[in-house]
Amino acid sequence: MAFTGIASSSHGGIVRDALGIAIASGAYALSFGAIATTAGLSLLQTAALSTLMFTGASQFALVGVLGAGGSVWAGAATAALLGTRNALYGVRLSSLLGGRGLKSALAAHFVIDETTAMAIARESASGSRFAFWATGIALFALWNLGTLIGALATHALSNPKVLGLDAAPPAAFLALLAPRLRAREPMAVALLAAVVALVFLPFVPAGIPLLIVAALDVVIGLFFPAPRGGRRVRAVDPTGGESD
Amino acid sequence: MLWAGLLIASAGCYALKLAGLSLPQAWLQDPRIQRTVPLLPVALLAALIATQTFSTGHRLVLDVRAAALGVAAIAVLLRAPFLVVVAAGAATAALLRLL
Repeated sequence: MAFTGIASSSHGGIVRDALGIAIASGAYALSFGAIATTAGLSLLQTAALSTLMFTGASQFALVGVLGAGGSVWAGAATAALLGTRNALYGVRLSSLLGGRGLKSALAAHFVIDETTAMAIARESASGSRFAFWATGIALFALWNLGTLIGALATHALSNPKVLGLDAAPPAAFLALLAPRLRAREPMAVALLAAVVALVFLPFVPAGIPLLIVAALDVVIGLFFPAPRGGRRVRAVDPTGGESD
Repeated sequence: MLWAGLLIASAGCYALKLAGLSLPQAWLQDPRIQRTVPLLPVALLAALIATQTFSTGHRLVLDVRAAALGVAAIAVLLRAPFLVVVAAGAATAALLRLL
């Protein structure tokens, strides 16, 4: 998610920023809990995704595919493909975070858009480490709390469709996509992906159009050079280009 | 079956995070990787929006979900918070179905 503001260097300022991001994410987790429950996941399954997967776009994609009638494997593949960007965040973070063994294994779980954005905005490595852990811990707590509340509230409804919750996933995907569209090339890729997915949809099993689109993206990425001069998607750009 | 899928997907997502911290930096800094990976979420999210708005099963359809997406788009353009965007989309679908 996009977040703006001047990066604080004091620990107090970092904690304030981290809490702000965590509270916003907790609110967004409410909708995840609601959408996952509407898609047919149990309370435990919904909570397990937020605890174990802990990367928003992948979680929304998985329950979105399930809710639309796709298989859990198509959903799982889409979730993993969306998770590839976290690997690139790790490249920037590994030099800032240092650490080995168990600490590094725990840090890996927290490598997501928000923690990366908070960590790379600091001037010192110690500030980066503090921002990473403060954001990771606060966000993990509120993300899981929000998921639980959203799921419990939705379980209490007799028919979540009355609230239009079955129509909510595309709105959630749009909110995740919008910050990534601030250049011509990603817009073109988005349009192409949408058209290709709809063209294949009537003829292949549910969820497969997404994998076709992913393969198409790999072909574009490998064989077509980046447009010269124009702005392109930055490799590590968890803020969605605002710092560009 | 469902549990297996959820757990394997979670393990895969964790493995990707760990790979970024652990793999040799040169691998992931390959220009082709740096170009392909950031475009993946763009392509996948766009495809998810299109398929989940304009289809039911294997049929292409145009129904209240298109209007819901339009309202969500307006909320995004107005820089509304995430939860408001989702709620606006859901509420639009719910209201139109009542009509």
